[in-house]
Amino acid sequence: MTGTATKAKPVTILQAINSAIADAMAADDKVVVLGEDVADPEDGGVVGVTKGLSSRFGEHRVRSTPIAEQAIIGAAIGASLVGYKPVAEIMLMNFTTVAMDMIVNHAAKLRFMSGGQTHVPIVIRTMTGTGFGSGGQHCDYLEAWFAHTAGIKVVAPSNPADAYGLMRAAIDDPDPVLYIENLPAYWAQGEAPAPGHVVPLGKAKVVKQGTDVTIVSYSRVLTEALAAVEQMEAAGVSAEIIDLRTISPWDKEAVFASVAKTGRCLITHEAVTEFGVGAEIAASLQSAFFGKLKAPVARLGAPYAPVPFSKPLESAYAPTAGRIAEAAISLAK
Amino acid sequence: MESNYAPDGPTQLAIYERVALLKANDERSRKVIMSGRLVMPYYSYRGQEVIPAAMAAALTDDDYWVTIYRGIHDMLAKGMPLNDLWAEIAGRVDGTCKGKGGPMHLTYPAKGIMVTTGIVGSSMPIANGIAWGSQLSGNDRVTVATFGDGASNIGAFHESLNLASVWKLPVIFLCQNNLYGEHTTYEKATAAKRIVDRAAAYDMPGVRVNGNDPIEMFAAAREAVARARAGEGPTLIEAMTFRFHGHVFGDADAYMDKAQKQAAMDADPVPIFRARLIAEGIATEAQLAEIEAAIEARIDAAVEFALASPFPELSELTKDVFAEGVVA
Repeated sequence: MTGTATKAKPVTILQAINSAIADAMAADDKVVVLGEDVADPEDGGVVGVTKGLSSRFGEHRVRSTPIAEQAIIGAAIGASLVGYKPVAEIMLMNFTTVAMDMIVNHAAKLRFMSGGQTHVPIVIRTMTGTGFGSGGQHCDYLEAWFAHTAGIKVVAPSNPADAYGLMRAAIDDPDPVLYIENLPAYWAQGEAPAPGHVVPLGKAKVVKQGTDVTIVSYSRVLTEALAAVEQMEAAGVSAEIIDLRTISPWDKEAVFASVAKTGRCLITHEAVTEFGVGAEIAASLQSAFFGKLKAPVARLGAPYAPVPFSKPLESAYAPTAGRIAEAAISLAK
Repeated sequence: MESNYAPDGPTQLAIYERVALLKANDERSRKVIMSGRLVMPYYSYRGQEVIPAAMAAALTDDDYWVTIYRGIHDMLAKGMPLNDLWAEIAGRVDGTCKGKGGPMHLTYPAKGIMVTTGIVGSSMPIANGIAWGSQLSGNDRVTVATFGDGASNIGAFHESLNLASVWKLPVIFLCQNNLYGEHTTYEKATAAKRIVDRAAAYDMPGVRVNGNDPIEMFAAAREAVARARAGEGPTLIEAMTFRFHGHVFGDADAYMDKAQKQAAMDADPVPIFRARLIAEGIATEAQLAEIEAAIEARIDAAVEFALASPFPELSELTKDVFAEGVVA
């Protein structure tokens, strides 16, 4: 069931995620929340994404945990095996590395290894993203690690309506979903989703039509791509912009349809370019469109380096509207 | 040990039936592997049978168990059917996991066998979650997590005991201390003199028992189950035992102390238990022989069933990655 976003007072991404979890909890008492500081006595999360949930649904359903990521994901997996739908928060994406055994060896594989006897309907929420000067261990984009693991879906919304709809879809999904939130973009406003709005997993969205070059992106960098439109148009380049929304499994059909039209593609994300999501998409495009492309598929991500602290370095790390425009214009020339 | 938790005669006999099944199944597994009819990585549990047999006797079918790669004894004790087990370890389509899990990932939810993990220490965080589910539901189901002595040195052990204690989860951490973590001795790898001493750090009861003694083991299991069902939280049980056939079947045991191993094998808990049942009049020789013969016949049938079962279709390669028909 796919609802449609309606015109209403704008909301932030943070509010949209909060509402999606609240609405899911109200609709199904099997939905539970756990993670560091998630309950209201601990402020409802370090930035308040889960604020109000424990007061409304009880601390038995919204449970603050020790700082123990393996224990958090293990508890989510176990509860999901006996009928619950846990939404687990791993505060920062870099902290998922502490729980990789639970996520990769267990959550992603139990359905397969049990021959379909068990499954793990959990959502792992995690935030990340450069911009707040947090340096090398607090803002990496590690989505390619998870996209490379068979058995876990990966989503990354760029706006409030999608944030709501993807969260509802992720909670309803019978398999594990990693849900990536961008920290600096939490307070970005957008059209409010209608209650019950669902964005199906695996479906991208063409957010701007164009004819010369397809730009594929997701999460905060998608908004940079939109901000690049004016500069591209001034240079006479018409870009079609696709918000992937679900990174894995990705919507090949939507991307292929666009590239069939434009013949050019730029994939841009905040993660390091090397071995990133862009590489997978580029490889698929060259297989499907070899000889038909008007230019080599281009990628624009972060340089092959950890995230730096110093502001000028950090600002030069992730793709910006200006750099996306330059890359797209040079591709279209 | 509290005597009010000691097993009565019929319970002891029920434990022995499980012990005899586990021992016979291990012996047959090694024999079939040696014959070349079945190829799999095999982590023999011979010598450790009494622990899960006594633990399982203190549980019901509704209780849950999460075990590890050396865990076929746990799963059989909890009630996994022999046909499903044998077809699985043979990689056949009639296996409990359609042949896709194998000996290290046995699963059988109908008897509460939720996960078998091949990762040291990883049974415990997941067992906590299952126990949390029981707590949320308000049912009185108990979850057992088994693991070896080596796993008490990995982070997941400490994270799990801490969370279980803070949340008062109905979970039992059952350590089968066979004195070796892979090829390394307990003393060389473990700072604590006794694993059970680590329970104090997590403010939970810890009890160390001779895991090869069915009476001691059952009493500890029953008390831990009673505590969990009453909502009083987790227990750490350290059950002392020994594995007779090294880490993985086929390793040469060169790292093991020969005298220590011989002494352990001389004190094989199964014949000792058997002789005591007869000496105490709990069972007769004829009765036990009949039980054992019936077990051999069941295993015969299971091996034949497994080896006659077809291998999975190649289309199974990409099935069960996600639910079918949800997202392509």
